[in-house]
Amino acid sequence: MRKIKEFVIEKLILVCGLASIFFVILIFLFLTKEGLSVFKSVSPFNFLFGKSWYPISEPPQLGILPLILGSLLVTLGAAIISIPIGVACAVYIAEIAPLKIKEILKAGIELLAAIPSVVLGFIGMVTLVPWVKTTFHLPTGLTALSGSIILAFMAMPTIVSIAEDALYSVPKSYKEGAFALGATHWQTIYRVLLPAASSGIVAAVMLGIGRVIGETMAVMMITGNAAVIPQSILVPVRTLTATIAAEMGEAVVGSEHYFALFAIGIVLFIISFIINVTADLFLHKRH
Amino acid sequence: MFKKGLFILALLIFTVPAFAGKDKNSIQIKGSDTMVNLGQAWAEKYMEKNPGDFVAVTGGGSGTGLSSLISGTCDIAMSSRNIKDKEISLAEQKGIDPFEIKVALDGLAVVVNPANPVSKLTVEQLAGIFTGSITNWKEVGGKDGKIVILSREVNSGTHVYFKEHVLRKGNANGREEFAPGALLLSSSQAIADEVAGNSATIGYYGMGYISSKQKPVAIAKDAKSEYVNPSIENVLSGKYPISRPLFLYTNGEPQGLIRKFVDYALSKEGQDIVVKTDFVPIKK
Repeated sequence: MRKIKEFVIEKLILVCGLASIFFVILIFLFLTKEGLSVFKSVSPFNFLFGKSWYPISEPPQLGILPLILGSLLVTLGAAIISIPIGVACAVYIAEIAPLKIKEILKAGIELLAAIPSVVLGFIGMVTLVPWVKTTFHLPTGLTALSGSIILAFMAMPTIVSIAEDALYSVPKSYKEGAFALGATHWQTIYRVLLPAASSGIVAAVMLGIGRVIGETMAVMMITGNAAVIPQSILVPVRTLTATIAAEMGEAVVGSEHYFALFAIGIVLFIISFIINVTADLFLHKRH
Repeated sequence: MFKKGLFILALLIFTVPAFAGKDKNSIQIKGSDTMVNLGQAWAEKYMEKNPGDFVAVTGGGSGTGLSSLISGTCDIAMSSRNIKDKEISLAEQKGIDPFEIKVALDGLAVVVNPANPVSKLTVEQLAGIFTGSITNWKEVGGKDGKIVILSREVNSGTHVYFKEHVLRKGNANGREEFAPGALLLSSSQAIADEVAGNSATIGYYGMGYISSKQKPVAIAKDAKSEYVNPSIENVLSGKYPISRPLFLYTNGEPQGLIRKFVDYALSKEGQDIVVKTDFVPIKK
C-alpha cells in the first residue's frame, strides 16, 4: 500500500514538473504556427526591417523596425537608469547598511516590486509625463524617456535583490583577506567584492532587462505609441508589447494583421529567450 | 461547482443552435463595427423588455452585414454607409429588396486645448495636419509650435472613419495615411485628457466626449464654406462636415418581430441609448 502511494505521488510530481515545459512548448508551437503565416504575404526581411507599420491599410504595410527600435530604446534607457542605482543599492544593503536600515530597505524594495504596472503607468501619466514635457521643453511628454524612467522602477527590485544575493554569497574569507592586506572598506567593495560577484550581478541586470522588455501596460500608457523610427529618447515611440496589446482585440482572426501580431510575439519570445539564457549562463558560471 | 458548470455548458451547446436557426422569435443583426456597441445596447434592453425574443448582434463591417442580408443569413444589416448600387442590383437578383432606415448620426469632434488660439479649420487643413504635411500651428493661424497629433488606435472604427473621410476626403482609392509621428492612444478618454493638459495637441473623438477642458474646433468643408461647430443641431441639419448617418437595412419594409425591434430602436428609449453610446439621435 505504501509503495503504491509513494509511486502515485512520485508520478504526480513528475507530471507537474513536466507540465511547465509542456506548456512552454505548446505556446511556442502555437505562436510559430500562427506567426509564420504572415510570411506568406510579407518577406521576413521586409517584416523585420520595414519602416512603416500601417496594419489596417489596403494593402497592409507590416514593417516592425520602428517597433523593435522603440522597444530597444525604452529598454536601453531603463537599463542606463536602473543598473547604476540598482547595483549601488545592492552594495549598500549587502555591505554598508546597519541591520535596521537594511531590513527597511529590503521591505521597501519588495513593496516596489509589488506595485502593479498599470498603477505605475497611471502615476507616470499624471506626474512624470507633464514633468518631462516642461523640463525638456517638448511638445509632448509622452516619450521614450518617460517610459524608461517608469520601467527603471520596475527593473530595480529584480536587480537589487539578485545582485544583493550575489554579493552576499561571496565567501567571507575574500573580505577578511582584503582587510588583512590593509584595504579600506571601499577598496574592498570595489576591488574584491564586486569582481567576485560580477557574474551574479550581470545575471541580475539581464533579468531586470528581461522584465523591462516584456512590460506592456505602463509603456502603452506613457510612451505615446507612435510608430516612428526614434531619432532621440525625447520622442514618442511604440513598443512591440504595446502594439500587440493595443491591436489584438480587434484584429480580424486569420487576417495578415492577426498573423503579424503573432509574429511580433515570436520576435519578443526570441528576445526574452536570449536574455534569459544569457542570465542563466552567468548565474551558473558562479558555481 | 464543476458539475454545475458542465450542466450550463451542455445547456448552451443544445440551445445555441436552436437560437441560431430560423426561429421566429430570433433576429440576426450583422454589420458595421462602429455600430456594434449601439446594436448590442439596443438588443440587451429590447430583450429585457421582451423576454421571449432573442436578438443576436455581430460585427464584421458594413459590407459584411449587407452581403449577409443579400444572401439571407441575417435579418437586419447595420451599415455606417449607404448601400451601393452594385449591392442593390445584386440583392435584386436574389429577390431581396433592401429597405433603408436611418437610425442615428455619428458626429466626430476635432478638439484642441482651450489655450490654443486656433478655433476653426477647413477639412483640407485637417487632412494636412493629420497626414503630417502641416506640422506647425503657425501654418493654420496659431502660435509658433509643433503640432502634436493624437489619434485613436488602429482597432478603432473612429480611426478608420477619420482616415477615410478626412485624410482621404471620402476617396475610397486614397493613399493618405496618418503621419507616422501621430500618437496613438487607446481610448477617447485618453485623448480628452491629453488635449486638456497639453496646448500643442489636436485630437478627435465622438461628440459625447467634449467637455469644458477641451475646445472643439469649428470645421468648414472648404475655404469658401462657413465654419460649423460640432453640435447635435448641426449634425442633424447636415451642416457639420464630419458626420455620417448610421443605417439599418432590412429585406423589404420590416414586418413582425423585425418591425418591433426597428420601432424600438427609433422609440424615445431607443434614441436615448443612441445618446448613451455617443452617437447623435435622429429624433429628440
